[in-house]
Amino acid sequence: MPVNIAPPVGQLPSREMPAASSMRMTVSHVNFFYGAKQTLFDISLGIAANKVTALIGPSGCGKSTLLRTFNRMDETVRHTRLEGDILLDGQDIHAQDVTQLRRRVGMVFQRPNPFPKSIFDNVAYGLRINGSKLALADAVEKSLRHAALWDEVKDHLHKSAYELSGGQQQRLCIARGLAVEPEVLLLDEPCSALDPISTAKIEELLVQLKDLCTIAIVTHNMQQAARVSDYTAFLLTGQLIEFTPTPHLFTTPTDPRTEAYITGRFG
Amino acid sequence: MTARLRYRKLVSGFMLGMTGLAALITVAVLFFILGYLVYHGGTSINWDFFTKLPTPVGENGGGMANAIVGSAKLLFLASLIGVPIGFFGGVYLAEFSGGAVAFIVRYAADLLNGVPSIVIGIFAYALVVLPFKHYSTLAGSFALALMMIPITLRSTEQFLQAVPGSLREGAMALGASKSRTIASVVVPAAYRGILTAILLALARVAGETAPLLFTAFGNRFWSPNWSQPTASLPVMIYTYAISPYDDWHRQAWAAGLVLLGLILVVNIVARAILARGVSIPRT
Repeated sequence: MPVNIAPPVGQLPSREMPAASSMRMTVSHVNFFYGAKQTLFDISLGIAANKVTALIGPSGCGKSTLLRTFNRMDETVRHTRLEGDILLDGQDIHAQDVTQLRRRVGMVFQRPNPFPKSIFDNVAYGLRINGSKLALADAVEKSLRHAALWDEVKDHLHKSAYELSGGQQQRLCIARGLAVEPEVLLLDEPCSALDPISTAKIEELLVQLKDLCTIAIVTHNMQQAARVSDYTAFLLTGQLIEFTPTPHLFTTPTDPRTEAYITGRFG
Repeated sequence: MTARLRYRKLVSGFMLGMTGLAALITVAVLFFILGYLVYHGGTSINWDFFTKLPTPVGENGGGMANAIVGSAKLLFLASLIGVPIGFFGGVYLAEFSGGAVAFIVRYAADLLNGVPSIVIGIFAYALVVLPFKHYSTLAGSFALALMMIPITLRSTEQFLQAVPGSLREGAMALGASKSRTIASVVVPAAYRGILTAILLALARVAGETAPLLFTAFGNRFWSPNWSQPTASLPVMIYTYAISPYDDWHRQAWAAGLVLLGLILVVNIVARAILARGVSIPRT
């Protein structure tokens, strides 16, 4: 049974993907290798500006690997090789300084990883290392508000980040990522280590964050992708099978493998 | 109860007894040493001991003020030399090296750790005493620093490696360069363990006598600067203990008690720091 989340077919948005000019990031013919083993095969897609793009697929399909190439985090692992082009606003990300790139393309990880510092210092970290001249307190408050965490922590900014719950820590990591005002925010299964209530809070957040920046999210939870994203890419064993607006992918997928996945025949 | 079961219980009880006895002996030895020192040297610890210089042979009284200050100077300079080398070496091993280089450095550090302290002393003698043509605090510190380096290096490496990779990833994903990440996230996360390692290295070399025998040598008076021989507690104990004078024997016991007491305090403080948490808790 298709996931029943879309309005009747007649009212679905267009099946067309946005024009190349409104893509914040463009991925062209990317092949990725761990040593001799190839894990991504000729991937080409675009991440639309100020929209949420979801990458879904079964475990091991390469969605996290692909996401990590967007901010060159693949380079932190040895013996990896990337072929193909990845462009941010038309510029090759491999031609820029990597620390500058990572300021513009932020990442939130699967397990919350706050630093062993206070809440304030966690959020301010990115600002401090980038030599920001902004009033830190204002910037920190702004980010915590965007991450829907301000009310919960405003009186405890100097407590250790480890005293927060898992869901709060993840929102703290989101605030930390937002503090440097990235153009793109990458989220690698941000809710998989969290309880349903925290998950719901973060999903609400993501929809609001679209106005601030472009979002790409990897999720193994199809319903989550259906709830929050505008465009969804389905990957299978390193290949891009289908990439369409979300309502279409979940109601009228064109590829039989997509349909098999979303109806739970494998996963 | 069958005979088989009785036998098994007997063996079990015997092993428990033996292993318990071994543990007890280990603990008891420490208390025996402490007790002995307190008994023989406790009464000799007085204000004079800490403030007076040694008196000429034959005269009673006097103290070990110069030895205490000398030991402090030696340890201070040894830390200044040995800790940065050990720390940065540990950082290199944990963060930047891989494969063959790491193996060689680690192995060399472990071998250095095993070099007998008297050999280190001879080495320091050849390298520092001979060219300068006299014994000095500098030479003694150099020898002690060489002993501190491998301990500090390996411990720093281990505590840095214990910091989860997710923290490094988090910092790098915010645009921190590798060295920035290490300085602002990884080292602060491991600082307790590293501090403990430094304290323990200090405690270890505080009592070393052999390397000081022909580097710092000894001094009956205050050592005026870093390039003159200096008295130190361990060497003073040695000198006094093998002498024929009872008064000196008494003072040697007291010195032993003071030295051991200081080392114990440092050890306890170090463990207390470590007990408050090495690295990252939660989630």
